[in-house]
Amino acid sequence: MGDGKSTFAEGAAVPRVVIVDDHRLFRSGVRGELGDAVEVVGEAGDVDAAVRVITEHHPDLVLLDVHLPGGGGVEVLRRVLAKHPDIRFLALSVSDAAEDVIGVVRGGARGYVTKTISGKELADAIVRVADGDAVFSPRLAGFVLDAFSATDAPPMDPELDRLTQRERKVLRLIARGYAYKEVAKELFISVKTVETHVSSVLRKLQLSNRHELSRWATARKLV
Amino acid sequence: MAAETTAAEEEPRLYRAREGRLLGGVGAGLARHLGIDPVVARLALLALAFGGIGIAVYATLFFLVPAETEEETGGSERDASRRRGRDLTQLLGYLALAAGLGVLFLVFGGLFDPLLWFLVFGAIGAAILWQQANPAQRDEWVSVTAIRNRKSWMRAGAGIMLIIIGVFGFLAFQQQLHEARAGLTFALAMLAGISLIAAPWIVGLVRERDRERRERIRNQERAELAAHIHDSVLHTLTLIQRRASDPREVQRLARVQERALRSWLYQRPADAESTVKAALERVAAEVEEAHGVPIEVVCVGDGEMDDAVHAELRAAREAMVNASKYAGTDTISVFGEVEPAEVLVFVRDRGAGFDLDAVPEDRMGVRGSIIGRMERHGGSARIRTAPGEGTEVQLRMPRILAAE
Repeated sequence: MGDGKSTFAEGAAVPRVVIVDDHRLFRSGVRGELGDAVEVVGEAGDVDAAVRVITEHHPDLVLLDVHLPGGGGVEVLRRVLAKHPDIRFLALSVSDAAEDVIGVVRGGARGYVTKTISGKELADAIVRVADGDAVFSPRLAGFVLDAFSATDAPPMDPELDRLTQRERKVLRLIARGYAYKEVAKELFISVKTVETHVSSVLRKLQLSNRHELSRWATARKLV
Repeated sequence: MAAETTAAEEEPRLYRAREGRLLGGVGAGLARHLGIDPVVARLALLALAFGGIGIAVYATLFFLVPAETEEETGGSERDASRRRGRDLTQLLGYLALAAGLGVLFLVFGGLFDPLLWFLVFGAIGAAILWQQANPAQRDEWVSVTAIRNRKSWMRAGAGIMLIIIGVFGFLAFQQQLHEARAGLTFALAMLAGISLIAAPWIVGLVRERDRERRERIRNQERAELAAHIHDSVLHTLTLIQRRASDPREVQRLARVQERALRSWLYQRPADAESTVKAALERVAAEVEEAHGVPIEVVCVGDGEMDDAVHAELRAAREAMVNASKYAGTDTISVFGEVEPAEVLVFVRDRGAGFDLDAVPEDRMGVRGSIIGRMERHGGSARIRTAPGEGTEVQLRMPRILAAE
């Protein structure tokens, strides 16, 4: 996924990050926890400010709170991605509600982590997403498995509506709390391949029109 | 009797009220259905009763309209039992009113005396208006008549004219009491006039009341939320400030509060205890509370609990307790997967790990509580661990439901 360019994971540069969250305390907390791992170029507390700051600084990655005054994180995704499809988003939320997860991921976020994540894990996730990979928390992996397994109706588009055996295995290990490296070791594949599988799952999640995805989310209310 | 058949619906359906009924709940039910005050409905039924029709209407409604079901009354046990009883004082009031009317009939001698009807309807009308007005408006009426725009002036004028015609006609026929029918016509004209004046007020009053009721419900919800936050969240915050020197305890308190708030915000359906997912989450929550190590639970799929899965969850609890006590990590991952044929549970930590072969045969924790328990119920357990590499306990239990 690095496409031959030098990646942040290789330490060539530090990703430039904008933090969008309506709680100032939380923003400064994240800033402190991340330390030198990233360069925070801007902060914003609502949708309008977020769009302005992101357009102005054009960061590598936006840390995006799901719940924001002025339309929520989804609105930021919609307005920014239309003009700058190259900016990557990592969604951050206190909520585990399925409609939040599905909303931002289908809106274009490349990862979803909960706010209880440790500073180091968050820094890793940022680097990964900034390099174009996807980041799945165990919870998100569980949610995706659940959404794609509730299959009564035949898939409309088998290419998009089904997970491959391999993708399913990778997701299950992530749901069990394995890091990408551990997943790779467990399945005797490279970390790169794990990343490819996860990215492919993310693509399916974003593009599939399976009505189960939305129906599931509303019916369960919780991941 | 066609009782106990009403389904819970948003719109107020016509049923006999249990809550706040006086006799059979017909009046209260009718009032709720029409969105009016029960007193109005009761007075109307009472007035009709003197013509005989009211009694028939009441009996018909009593037998045909289903009684409200228990759930719809809501409220706590004690509340419900108190409300289900009839309000004796009110009932006595209505009986007194009926007796008074009876006396009036006797005094004026007969149903068709126009004077009697004038008195009765006037009194009922005034009572209704008075009853429906809120205190502020009551004061307004007492001080100045609230007629502001031209439309209400016209309406008031027409009404007053009708009243005057009615009064004159009434007086003219007063000498010939046997021509009661004509007198009654004038009395009716008068009533029409009165209602013409009163109609916009009554409509306004009803709207006002609805608005107030909605406001009250909203306030109640707000008060409930405030009470909840005060009770639990503020309490926890206070505890956290006191124990600030003990990070473990602070974390434990925060986690407990977080879980409570979450379950309160995203409340689950009532069957929470009977499904695998909810049970697994509860086990994890209990272990977390007892040992203070955060446990992240992810569960895919869901299904009914059975005995074997109960045993599996007890084994999972043992694994979680072990991880909390000995692994020395700050987080434990639990993953449950409910499939048609089996239930899988993985308990994983990134902690110290241990040498499985070095565990003595008689150590109950791993062999008895986990492996032994799983095998006794037809399942299996695998433990993957090595010093320094963390531990993962894998539990697999075939489902009885699927085997049948």
